[in-house]
Amino acid sequence: MDADLDKVFKALADGGRRQLLDRLHANNGQTLGELCGHLDMTRQAVTKHLKVLEAANLVTTLRRGREKLHYLNPVPILEIADRWIGKYEQGRLRVLADLKAKLEGETDG
Amino acid sequence: MAESRFVYVTYIRTTPERLWQALTDPAFTLQYWCACTLDSEWTPGSAWQITMPDGNVADSGEVLEADPHKRLVLRWRNEFRPELREEGYSRLTYELEPAGTSVKLTVVHEMDKPDSKLIGAVSNGWPHILASLKSLLETGESLEETRKWPKSK
Repeated sequence: MDADLDKVFKALADGGRRQLLDRLHANNGQTLGELCGHLDMTRQAVTKHLKVLEAANLVTTLRRGREKLHYLNPVPILEIADRWIGKYEQGRLRVLADLKAKLEGETDG
Repeated sequence: MAESRFVYVTYIRTTPERLWQALTDPAFTLQYWCACTLDSEWTPGSAWQITMPDGNVADSGEVLEADPHKRLVLRWRNEFRPELREEGYSRLTYELEPAGTSVKLTVVHEMDKPDSKLIGAVSNGWPHILASLKSLLETGESLEETRKWPKSK
């Protein structure tokens, strides 16, 4: 549904929110406190961003004991990829992305 | 982290009753779960197992909780890969919640052990199986790559 897709793109159209997703990608299942510890954002800003990400289904929360853990849910991004990336393009795109990462990694090092 | 956990949330245009049936009825799982059957009475305390197309058991365990159309919790152990089997039991939770014209399905597969190989392995498998389940319920067709047992495994 396109209304859901709008939410995903709006959620992704913010550097702070992408940074939160990066933090979860690096280490999934963090509490709000842990997420705030790594970022240059106020706790209120992080809470607000997480709400937008949750509404877009990009982040999901689980209660384990007394903790509320945040998980990156890649499903909406997967659905975007499936919609516009053809089945046979996937392999070629992966090769090109790997090549880019390798060459850029070599330049940086 | 002291545990390993896979979390996946997907919205499927269907009813909780149909989704429950698709998760627990071998006639459905054959279509989207790499030609495997899932068998159980799906009542707390009953045994359950996944059978591969060659007749061997892939995974098995016990039903811990079953609230039809809402929640299913399984004890889950791999049975066909020794390095995964020796890790012992993990826990799988399905949660089904109505969300407008869809159902929100939350899948949590976890083990009280850091860097579990089993959770690592299922983290690669679940996205295919669940995307295929969604496709089957919404379009009547599962994804082609999930209709057969993968050759390389």
